[in-house]
Amino acid sequence: MHFGVVSFPGSNCEQDAVHAIRYLGYDASFVWHQERDLSKYDAILLPGGFSYGDYLRCGAVARFSPVMEEVVREADAGKPIIGICNGFQILTEAHLLPGALIRNVGLKFLCKTVALRLEDSVCKWTDAPAGTIYHLPIAHNEGNYICDPDTLKALQDNGQIVLRYCEESGEVLPNSAPNGALDNIAGICNERGNVLGMMPHPERVCDGVAGNRDGVDFFNGIVRMLEGAVL
Amino acid sequence: MSEKIIESMEAIPDPVSNLEGMDAELGLQTAIELGLTQGEYEHVCKIQGRTPTITELYIYSLMWSEHCSYKHSKLQLKKFSSEGEYVLQGPGENAGVISVGDGWAVAFKMESHNHPSAIEPFQGAATGVGGIIRDIFTMGARPIASMDSLRFGTLDKPRQRYLFDGAVGGVSSYGNCLGIPTVGGDVFFDEAYEGNCLIDVVGVGLLREEELTRAVGSGPGNHVVLIGSSTGRDGIGGASTLASQEFDEAAENKRPAVQVGDPLEEKLLIEVCLELLKAGKFVALGDLGAAGLTSSASEMASRGGVGIDIDVRKVIQREENMQPFEIMVSESQERMLAVVTPENLPDVAECCDRWGVAYAPIGKITDTGRFVVRDTDLPADRQIVADMPAEKLAQDAPVYDPAMERPAYLDEVAAFDISSLDLPEGEEELQQAYMDMIASANICSRKWIWQQYDHQVQGNTVVLPGADAAVVRIGDTGRGEMTNRGIALTTDCNGLYCYLDPYVGAQGAIVEATRNLACVGAKPAAVTDCLNFGNPEKPEVFWTFSSAIDGLSDACKRFRIPVISGNVSFYNESFGNAIFPTPNIGMVGVIDDLDKIMTPSFKDEGDVIILLGETLDELGGSEFLRSRYGLATGKPPAVDLELEADLDAMLLELIAIKAIKSAHDCSEGGIAVALTESALAGNIGFSVDLDDDLGGCASLFSETQSRVVISAAEERVDSIVDMAQAKGVPLSVIGTVGGSRIEIAGKVSADLAEVKAIYDGTLEKLVTAH
Repeated sequence: MHFGVVSFPGSNCEQDAVHAIRYLGYDASFVWHQERDLSKYDAILLPGGFSYGDYLRCGAVARFSPVMEEVVREADAGKPIIGICNGFQILTEAHLLPGALIRNVGLKFLCKTVALRLEDSVCKWTDAPAGTIYHLPIAHNEGNYICDPDTLKALQDNGQIVLRYCEESGEVLPNSAPNGALDNIAGICNERGNVLGMMPHPERVCDGVAGNRDGVDFFNGIVRMLEGAVL
Repeated sequence: MSEKIIESMEAIPDPVSNLEGMDAELGLQTAIELGLTQGEYEHVCKIQGRTPTITELYIYSLMWSEHCSYKHSKLQLKKFSSEGEYVLQGPGENAGVISVGDGWAVAFKMESHNHPSAIEPFQGAATGVGGIIRDIFTMGARPIASMDSLRFGTLDKPRQRYLFDGAVGGVSSYGNCLGIPTVGGDVFFDEAYEGNCLIDVVGVGLLREEELTRAVGSGPGNHVVLIGSSTGRDGIGGASTLASQEFDEAAENKRPAVQVGDPLEEKLLIEVCLELLKAGKFVALGDLGAAGLTSSASEMASRGGVGIDIDVRKVIQREENMQPFEIMVSESQERMLAVVTPENLPDVAECCDRWGVAYAPIGKITDTGRFVVRDTDLPADRQIVADMPAEKLAQDAPVYDPAMERPAYLDEVAAFDISSLDLPEGEEELQQAYMDMIASANICSRKWIWQQYDHQVQGNTVVLPGADAAVVRIGDTGRGEMTNRGIALTTDCNGLYCYLDPYVGAQGAIVEATRNLACVGAKPAAVTDCLNFGNPEKPEVFWTFSSAIDGLSDACKRFRIPVISGNVSFYNESFGNAIFPTPNIGMVGVIDDLDKIMTPSFKDEGDVIILLGETLDELGGSEFLRSRYGLATGKPPAVDLELEADLDAMLLELIAIKAIKSAHDCSEGGIAVALTESALAGNIGFSVDLDDDLGGCASLFSETQSRVVISAAEERVDSIVDMAQAKGVPLSVIGTVGGSRIEIAGKVSADLAEVKAIYDGTLEKLVTAH
């Protein structure tokens, strides 16, 4: 099981992601953004950070990197792709996922651990039961998910909403999202379920460095799925 | 003037040109406009053997500015000891370096960016982060953490809210983009900082011992390569016009001297430089900070005992018609200077191209010992515009031994009689005083700040902000080299204590730092300092500076903690009013086993709460007097270095044998605040009886040093009491953990959730409510 972790100029969570994947016992390699062949990887991860400094708009420049043509091709072919934080922003800019991520409602960068509820979705990245509550760190300035009403309805109807911000109890209240995200959306997938974008950072909570290991499901889930060849 | 200049008498290498200097009178007039004194100008003429050229004069004025030359502080700084078992690199380089075990080393340094931030807080703070981080990776270390120590005026003033919000935003914007976790720091608000905020940033980096790199130029014929951003007119004279003068009405006009940061460029520079350093492609590497190319190049040449020859026209410029002196002293950010052998130049070029980072060979190392600047746009016989002895320029700035005089106010504040105040008494009044204390800007939660900082990127943050010290795991995730070792980091300094008694206050910063480290289970290893004071040419200010250094150095020597790097920021004065003397320190501790660390949070119902140390009647300089009565007076809490050493040792032992479940230092706000913070962190209440002979206010809010609140399972208590007796550490069992209320017998009874709402919400309310 081999993950390719893409590095754009300004990415800064690629090392954390490679570490988490290797810690869980899988292979991981750094993929420079100018590479054009992703065929040897079983899954692709677009890491967090500030690709191209977030200049112009988060992810707007990175989507034109040579590697992204290949990411789109692999996604269309059904390969599992995960975008975390800036990676999620890049996936929306590349139109692999609908909607956009705008400034947090408080207009401040937010770094904190939040409660999230796993929804009943078509996403293939985790096989944990719907309703599972995770505590994952967020660290972003632009995590406020928006889309038009039709898209939102499609996301809801198709089971594309993967994670919602929630209260400690698991209840999703109108203002559970710390960043103002529409419908408390923290993560969505494409219709096919192989492309996942999420603002929280599961890779930061895999090896238990600060006690929490809630991130492991997102890596183990896709591996189980691939090994069971369900995809 | 009672200052005396101390000069060295070393030989000066011969010039390489027959350059002529400027008219003597015009030279003196220009020198004075650039901030040099007449004596300093004459010293320049003596070194040059003639009057300087205009380019030379600009260069000398920057290199000999207070900010670059430490001319007023150099003699005082000699009091510090930089020797220690862990030390690999002491002061004199871009950062100090200590060994932390198994071949790993940590580079760190604290630096101020006060003056630029007081003019333009966002960019000032952002470029402050950028500057200190360059100092770290210059040493061959990957930056792994930063902290920021902030001081502002009170938040009821719009200008102070703007400065605070802007500075936090700047640190957040730049540090987050670099992917370096900002894991700790401190903030303090007082009117004393109204005209001059303090933005002091600590940078910390990790390296293998054998990867240590120094900025020592060598090898005549080697290329001098400028890497990174282009050079513009930004920040010209920042070191002399901003950082080495007091502020007055014209301060706003100095805004163009504040640089603008580009964190993406810096992130790329980190990757390029670390890759090339590890591949052995650099002979030397230095960053361009204050005084830009001038200071970087001359220091590199001087450390290596070589000369350097630079062609300003080879420097990539972002503006047109730049004069040679502008290029030489520009403080454009995100630039590094490397010495590269001719055979390695193609590899350096390849790496820079791959990362999209600009580079330009701008000159050569020579064997002349001269710092030569040429402008190849000029006719062939007039291309040399500066020809100076590199070592004299970098090392031979005049050193002053300024006059000192003990300030008269010290007796007045020491004589303060607290019985002149009508202090709260009885449960109702004390309860209200307690609630007011929790809502003080200097006590309430700092969450509003650290939530804006990515404090977990890199995946090695073990103890998050909000504890006594941050704990970071040692390991290189990219290389897959992980360890179970850690370092603990803290910044400390109570400027009010230092104002009331600079010696005791400075010692207080050291003991609070060692205690903070002990509270998480770390043994102190080394200190970096950032000494923020007013105008050193005022004898009273200089007395406080000298006295604070005595305090720091005596305390550090007692604990055998070396001072391995640091920075001095003078002229923190506006309209003649100086800030509180603020000798900020950053202290790094080592943790050999991350399974043996401690946090401040209360853990389990029924655990016993114990106070190590003893509360004395010490409300002088307290947050209680400051916030309730607006008083900055009294004697600050006394420091007993021996007691502190015993207490810290006992705490480390308790943590190592896993005898306790929490530890939290008592500092500003006293034991009432310490207990509350442990309860809030653990989301569990407590009930204690502070059975002392003090008045209610002193009992709750006295800031006596050398006290720690711990909690432990009941069956552990007897052995803890025995240990305290054996070590001579005062101890009292004061209560138990549990419930959802805060109960301090006869003094405070409050609902934990209600206190939490106030504690967590105050800072944001103060910044945004207006």
